[in-house]
Parts: sequence; C-alpha cells; structure tokens
Amino acid sequence: MPLNPDPVIFRAVVSTIVPEAAILDEPGWRDVLQVVESLLRDRPESLKRQIRIFLRAIEWLPVVRYGRPFTRLDPPVRTRVLAHLENDRIQKIRVGFWGLRTIVLAGYYGRPQAAQAIGYAAGPRGWEALR
Amino acid sequence: MKRVGYDIAIVGSGAGGGTVAQELSPLCRQGVRIAVLEKGPRLRDEEFTGRELEMAGALYEDGGGFLTSDGAMTIAFGCAYGGSTVVYTGTSMLPPERVISRWDVPGLTHADLDCRARKFMAENNVHWLADDLVNENNKLFVAGCHKLNYDVRQFPVNIKGCRGSSLCNLGCPNQAKQGTDRVQLPRAEANGVEVVTRCQVLTVGEKTLAVRVAAKPAGAKGDASPWEPGDYQIDAKIVVLCAGAVNTPALLLRSGMEHRLPRLGYGFTTHPAFIIVGEHARPITNFVGFPKSYYVDQFAETGHFVLETCMYFPFITAKSLAGFGAPHSAFMRAFPRLQMILVLACDEADAYNRVAIDKAGRPVVHYRFQHEAVGGLIGGAVAAARILFAAGAQRVHMPVARETTIESADAARLPEIAAAARFTPGKTPVSAAHPQGGCGMGAGPHDSVTDSYGRVHGLPWLFVADASLFPNSLEINPYVTIMALADRVAQRIREEVPALL
Repeated sequence: MPLNPDPVIFRAVVSTIVPEAAILDEPGWRDVLQVVESLLRDRPESLKRQIRIFLRAIEWLPVVRYGRPFTRLDPPVRTRVLAHLENDRIQKIRVGFWGLRTIVLAGYYGRPQAAQAIGYAAGPRGWEALR
Repeated sequence: MKRVGYDIAIVGSGAGGGTVAQELSPLCRQGVRIAVLEKGPRLRDEEFTGRELEMAGALYEDGGGFLTSDGAMTIAFGCAYGGSTVVYTGTSMLPPERVISRWDVPGLTHADLDCRARKFMAENNVHWLADDLVNENNKLFVAGCHKLNYDVRQFPVNIKGCRGSSLCNLGCPNQAKQGTDRVQLPRAEANGVEVVTRCQVLTVGEKTLAVRVAAKPAGAKGDASPWEPGDYQIDAKIVVLCAGAVNTPALLLRSGMEHRLPRLGYGFTTHPAFIIVGEHARPITNFVGFPKSYYVDQFAETGHFVLETCMYFPFITAKSLAGFGAPHSAFMRAFPRLQMILVLACDEADAYNRVAIDKAGRPVVHYRFQHEAVGGLIGGAVAAARILFAAGAQRVHMPVARETTIESADAARLPEIAAAARFTPGKTPVSAAHPQGGCGMGAGPHDSVTDSYGRVHGLPWLFVADASLFPNSLEINPYVTIMALADRVAQRIREEVPALL
C-alpha cells in the first residue's frame, strides 16, 4: 500500500483535482486506491517515496500561508494551493505536481464507473454496438 | 548460465525486427538458425480487451509512462510481440522526399526507400478507409479544414476487417491492424524463425548476447516465455538490433560501445504532441469508428507542426487536458460531444537531446524543447482551435492558453490568445510518440553510428534496423519508413551471409 500513510490527504487532493470524487462512497474510494496502487506496483520505491513526501508537503505547506493544513482548508483555497504548485517557478515542483495529478487522474478515470459516468462507451464491437 | 547458439539474432519484434525476421526467414530453409528476442509478452487474441489501464500496462514500456529525465514529457512506445506496431493506429505514410534528401545519408536514396515502402504497404493491406466508415470526429475535422482552405488529406491505413472499435492504441481487439504481429512475424515463424518473448537483452559482446528471460508475473497478460526463466548467453554470428530508438542506443551504451561510437545516443528526437479538444452542442460519433483518418501537413516546413485527427480514452484524455478542478471536469463530462485534434511538433535533432543510461543501465532520455518545436506546438494549437471553431465547436480547450477554455465568441481573438500563450515544461501536458535517432546513419563514426545499410561502423557482424537509424526527424508517422530501412538491412545481410556465417 504505497499511499497508506496518507489516505486522508490523498482523498483531499483527489477531490480537488477531480471535484466529482467528493461524492465517492467507500467502495468507490477503494477502487481509486486500487487503481493507483496497481499503477505504482512495479515502479521504483524511490518514486513511491517521492509521492508520499509530496503529499505530506501539500498537507503542511499551507500552514505557512493559511494557518491550517490542506485537509482543513475550504475547497477554493485547496484549489489555489494546488494551482500554486502547478505554476511554481521551479520545474521540479511543477513536475512533481504533474506526476501526482497523473496518478490521481488514472485512479479516478481508470475506473469503469468513471468512464460510464462521462458517457464513454467504446468497445470491441464498434459500429455494430451503435447500430 | 545457459548457452544457446544461433546464426542470426534479432533483438526486438516491431516494425524493424518483424521485417528483418520475415525477410531473412527464407534462409531457415537452408539451415540458418534465426531467433527474435522480444522483451515484451505475446498476448492471445482474447486478451485484447480494450480496457485502458489494463492494456497500457500489458503493451507499453513502463505502462505508457516512460518519462524524459526532467519529467516534462511522456514518451509512448510498445513493448510486446510486434513492438509498437501493436499499439500504433496503422496510419501508413511513405517517406517524404524532402526529409530523406535533407538527411543526406551517403548511399541512401528516396527512390530506393520509396520502392521498398510501397512493397510493405501492399503487404499490409494499406488503403483509404471508405467514407461510410469515417466517424464525425474525422468528418468535422475535414469540414473545418475546408472552411479554412487547409489542405486536408486522408491517411492510408493498414487495416483489414476493422469494426470501428477506436481502440487501436490499446491493441486492436479485433485483430484488424496489420502490424508485424499479424503479418511479418507469423510468416517468419512459419518459415522457421524462433521468437522468444519476455527475453531482455542486457548486453551485446563480440558475437554474443547476455539475455535474461523473465517469468510471467502472476495475473499478467500473455503467454509465458518459451524459454525457462533465467540468464542465458546467446552466441550469434550476426546480430540485428531492432529494440527501438530508446532501447537500442541504451543497449549499446550498456555494452560499452560509446568509446568506439562517439555519436551513440545522440541525434535522438521525437514528435512532441498534445491534444486540442473542441466541445460541440450535440453528441458526435467519436469513440466509435477508426480514430485517425485525416491530417494537415502544409505547415510542417514553415510552422513546424502537423495536425492529425485522434480520439483517446478517458484517462489519457484527462491527462492530456491541462489544469484540474471544475474546468477540467467540465470537458471530461462532455466526452460524447468532444472532437479531438493532435498537434505534433516537428523537432529537429540537436546537440543536447540524447539517449543515455543510468547507473543500473536503464535508458534515460535527455530532452529539451527547442524554440521551433515550442513554436510548432503553439502555432499548431491555434490552427487546431480554428478548425474546431470552424467545425462548429462551442468551446475549445487549449493547453497553452492563459485561460485554457476559449469560448466560440472569442474565436476572433485567437491571434491575441496565441501571442499570450505560454508553453511551460512540467505544466503543459506533452506526450510524444515516434522516438527516432540515437544510432543515426551516416558516413563514419565521426557523424553517425551506422552506414546506410544499418551496419555499425567497425563491426561487420552488428546491424541496427529500427527508428534509431533516422539521422533526424522524419516529420511523419514512421513505421513504413522503418520497414523500408529494415528491408535494406535484411538485403545486405542476405548478400553477405556466405561471408558472415
């Protein structure tokens, strides 16, 4: 479980990147985590460590500016915090956020339920299924 | 360590390896022993499900997440029986004369490549898709281009029995794409070539290869390797490297060849790309039908970009849209109404961009975006947005714009939006396909790694036959050119078999 230490932070980050995630039920969150973990399973341990560190940084950096950790901020403020990381002048920070965002999007949109929810229904039968 | 002997060992089974295997396979009848060593798995037909993450994990290097060393760009390439031909769209383009002339490789002519390319286009059933099979995602692109007087062209494609699943980039679930996994490799095997999957070549020595055969992971797709897992030494009188533009240079670097070949790894380039998405008022056929039927290349010379139709899957689409939160989700929720255009930048090889290896010998790609490529991406984004608006889109997502969502009412402001556009590495979502170069052809070791027949300078038994041979960007979808070059390599080997074996 590479993200096990920070599930609360992870959920807060996921819900900020994909607002619809806020209404996921427990099985839905389990699916998101399962996708993320299967994606990270064969990745180097150093990468998993970086993700954990990045998540912790997201949690505690807002204390300096907003006096509260990320998980206790209102959604609009959370968005500002992540936008700041996305636009940081240091490329490594931007890349770190981009990597985390990629994992989050894979976890959310990699689930069949999410594909169904957005109306995506591609399948091997192609035209035949449409007619 | 087990020891096995072959006359010819071919490393990789994509457009290059599959072609070399087929073209050399008649030699098997004369008792020549040939093996293809493929790092990836061989999937059974029923294992191609079209499920996004499942197939990406099974068919792509690093599950499709191979990153440049600075993390700013993903490079997608296949890792399976058939290599990238399993996951390409099957768009089949002849090598452009202007590019081959500019390459200026002694002994390589456009006429020769063109002739060979046409042979493989016929072999792979390349044709234009019938009008009634073209979906609205493609038709709207054509309509938009016509309104703007853009020179829109149809892609020839190598499909047979396409059902319009749109899942080409996840491996066709209907086996319609005529990649090397469907055409060249089965023929080679029928003639007696052995294919060893899950077999990674670690190093190349003097007529010898150190390889590692991996066990099939629990629950993974694909057959187990025909060989027992473990380390092997393979003796081969001729070695042909076709592991692709990332892995072939990396393999030679791992083998300590950089002193003999100072240009090894250099000259690497690719087609950095992103998608521009337009949202229509009504659902269109987009995830049904062949995804990539049309392109515009009139700006390749002057604007350094090419536009192609495309249609991706939920996660890749989400990853390719810039930003996050409500505006991002709004486009994702509009999926059945989305029209997509791929902008590919034509990026010339430069002195910095190269393949290297890390301490563990794994490939590392150093890549920085050149001024022309960035200009190409921004110019291409604007041209794509114009097409989308001309086709009737209500709003467009442009990843390089300051405000990524542009309403149709603001279409007239596109020049102003373009002037303020900003490409930010690490923020702008750029992915690349078509890795090229790293073992470029040329006159000698001072300017290249191989001659025009793919023979590594100074090593008569060692050849390269993949996209790493390109001395610079091809500027188009490359598989047919790779096959044509591989055909030349195979011809040279056949001519020299009496001397080399």
